Amino acid sequence: MRHLLSTRDLSYDAALTILDTADQMAEVGHRSVKKLPALRGRTVVNLFFEDSTRTRISFETAAKRLSADVINFSAKGSSVSKGESLKDTAQTLAAMSADAVVIRHSASGSPQQLAESDWIDAAVVNAGDGTHEHPTQALLDAMTLRQHRARTEGRESTRGLDLEGMHVVIVGDVLHSRVARSDLWLFTTLGARVTFVAPPTLLPVGIAGWPCEVLYSLDQALEPAPDAVMMLRVQRERMHAAFFPTAHEYAREWGLTPERVAALDAAGASTAIMHPGPMNRGLEISSAAADSPRSTVLDQVRNGVSVRMSVLYLLLSGDDLDAPSTPASPGALIP
Amino acid sequence: MTSYLIQGARLLGEQTADILVDEGLIRRVGTDLAAPDGARVVDAAGLVALPGLVDIHTHLREPGREDAETVETGTRAAALGGYTAVFAMANSDPVADTAGVVEQVHELGRSAGWVDVRPVGAVTVGLRGERLSEIKAMADSRAGVRMFSDDGMCVHDPVLMRRALEYVKGFDGVVAQHAQEPRLTEGAQMNEGTVSAELGLTGWPAVAEEAVIARDVLLAEHVGSRVHICHLSTRGSVDIVRWAKQRGIDVTAEATPHHLLLTDERVRSFDPVYKVNPPLRTDEDVRALREAVADGTIDVIGTDHAPHPAEDKECEWSCAANGMTGLETALSVVQHTLVDTGLLTWRDVARITSATPARIGRLGTQGRPLAEGEPANIVLWDPAATTVVDPARHASKGRNSPYRGMELPGAVRATFFRGHPTVLDGALNTPSPDA
Repeated sequence: MRHLLSTRDLSYDAALTILDTADQMAEVGHRSVKKLPALRGRTVVNLFFEDSTRTRISFETAAKRLSADVINFSAKGSSVSKGESLKDTAQTLAAMSADAVVIRHSASGSPQQLAESDWIDAAVVNAGDGTHEHPTQALLDAMTLRQHRARTEGRESTRGLDLEGMHVVIVGDVLHSRVARSDLWLFTTLGARVTFVAPPTLLPVGIAGWPCEVLYSLDQALEPAPDAVMMLRVQRERMHAAFFPTAHEYAREWGLTPERVAALDAAGASTAIMHPGPMNRGLEISSAAADSPRSTVLDQVRNGVSVRMSVLYLLLSGDDLDAPSTPASPGALIP
Repeated sequence: MTSYLIQGARLLGEQTADILVDEGLIRRVGTDLAAPDGARVVDAAGLVALPGLVDIHTHLREPGREDAETVETGTRAAALGGYTAVFAMANSDPVADTAGVVEQVHELGRSAGWVDVRPVGAVTVGLRGERLSEIKAMADSRAGVRMFSDDGMCVHDPVLMRRALEYVKGFDGVVAQHAQEPRLTEGAQMNEGTVSAELGLTGWPAVAEEAVIARDVLLAEHVGSRVHICHLSTRGSVDIVRWAKQRGIDVTAEATPHHLLLTDERVRSFDPVYKVNPPLRTDEDVRALREAVADGTIDVIGTDHAPHPAEDKECEWSCAANGMTGLETALSVVQHTLVDTGLLTWRDVARITSATPARIGRLGTQGRPLAEGEPANIVLWDPAATTVVDPARHASKGRNSPYRGMELPGAVRATFFRGHPTVLDGALNTPSPDA
């Protein structure tokens, strides 16, 4: 694998290798000197055509912990807005000998176009493209889920662990969510069962062929309680395009309200509450849910750095990710 | 003017005959004709002779976007594709919404001399869908416009569409509708379905086309006018047009070569060469379109030849221009999808690519039978040849062919336009001297 463009074509073995390597990377974050020499002398460009401070600093932290040189390229004027074309930007980065390009773009498919073009030879990491995919988000979600699984099953280690038998409910704006798509492909590859819950207006036409259950009622989806419930961010503008009538109605029907959290508690469920952030408190998620002990929101942020370190390390070190799971040897990786 | 003796062609793919072309006309059709003095003999053994093709839907881009195509380059491409007439769509810059612009395009076509260029007039001023353009002035101009279309945009206002349908009755005109409900297709990037769901590209639902077609056939019935449907692309649209024809409504429908061959699965590459409007649909739609051409529900093939410069295609999918080239590959795709599949005979091909499009556009000198006394507009087609499509070798300025690298059957060996070979031995010859 030369690039990470989507989770749809990520194999089981490659996914486990990334997750196992991410576990090792996580250990670096617990040390006082949070730095490895692995990518010393390599250049990673964060090419962001769309604002996302969280994702950018996560990638930046990951690359720096691996000792790579990091260049942040905020390309507000993309060809979408009649600025510099993607091609020219890519060729500019190629001329600067970028080893990896982390690209965030509002246009679905642009990372794939970059990877398949002859404009640039660097490894391409998709940091979110339009409403298509966000593979590192899915990987950090999977990392969080398997930590949750290990915890509830009393396991010592997550190494080699997949999501077999887990049930994950993903709630909200599936239609416009790259996270929902990437999560679905990755979680099912790793053996989990996925249920999408949304008002019918926020589900894509053509969802019928997807390997998931689709429900319109959140209460129905939480009965029996799943292993995790992931609340997707809902943009308030959506209601102006008649996707739902009001924010209040949305919150009542599809929000993780204090009552729904209380119902999980009463049932003695071990359900984790996940959110890719940033959260709309009071809309898709109540403060009671966001701040409950079930919430893994900050674990997700922490795991994001580890997963991105793992991806950058594996892509730039040239290991064959599609070989059976062999995380980079700890000796070589962690001095 | 040189006369030509075409020897041993299969007329409409049927009986073998010689054709004597002289002074712009087919002088004789028969077997073992003797070549008159000075006549050039064209060996057409094994070739299919068809009436010169008529493209009811071409974008020549001039005036305004000469970087994409000119009348000269577009009509060279047409000749190489076997065409002897093209209808040039109105979405130039300035829009062809006045007598002045349609006469300019007509004159550019006449002086280029490769094919008949029939300008299409805009239905509404600036294609804005607000008020009618001076349709009668365009009809009465030297361009003699009979077909009117806002192609690229839909005449979505039902009252305006009704008035246009009524107005053109006065001179036997026709409105060609680009059926696309604008609100249902805001921001649309590709066919709405399984693939758009996965790729996260905003969907262009079939219903946005079908709803407008349903409305317009009913309007045409109500006001007793005829209506032409451009680039019909969905199975539902086929059902509606079939129903309308059974009801006796005067509707004709067109399919493009690309909608007969390619599906939205191609979009998975995110290669904007596959971005087109209406978008590539599904396998089911492709099958329905082929059957509809076979049973006569779809009347004609229109290329929707839409050349674009590289910079309008070498970018993110969502900001790439819609459209693909088609003039130089159309007959190959027709053979591949309709003839080699057993759905159509070559006689049928002559009907859908020449006779009917000429009739819809009221172009009396084109789409005629291959018979004595008729204008000598003829294409000689080698159905046994195969071509690997290389857009770099196309005469069109556009390199945006979706068939790049594909092997397609058939090749044009010669095109006669008013008795003059614009294409000879498979290569561009010279324009018609008397055009």
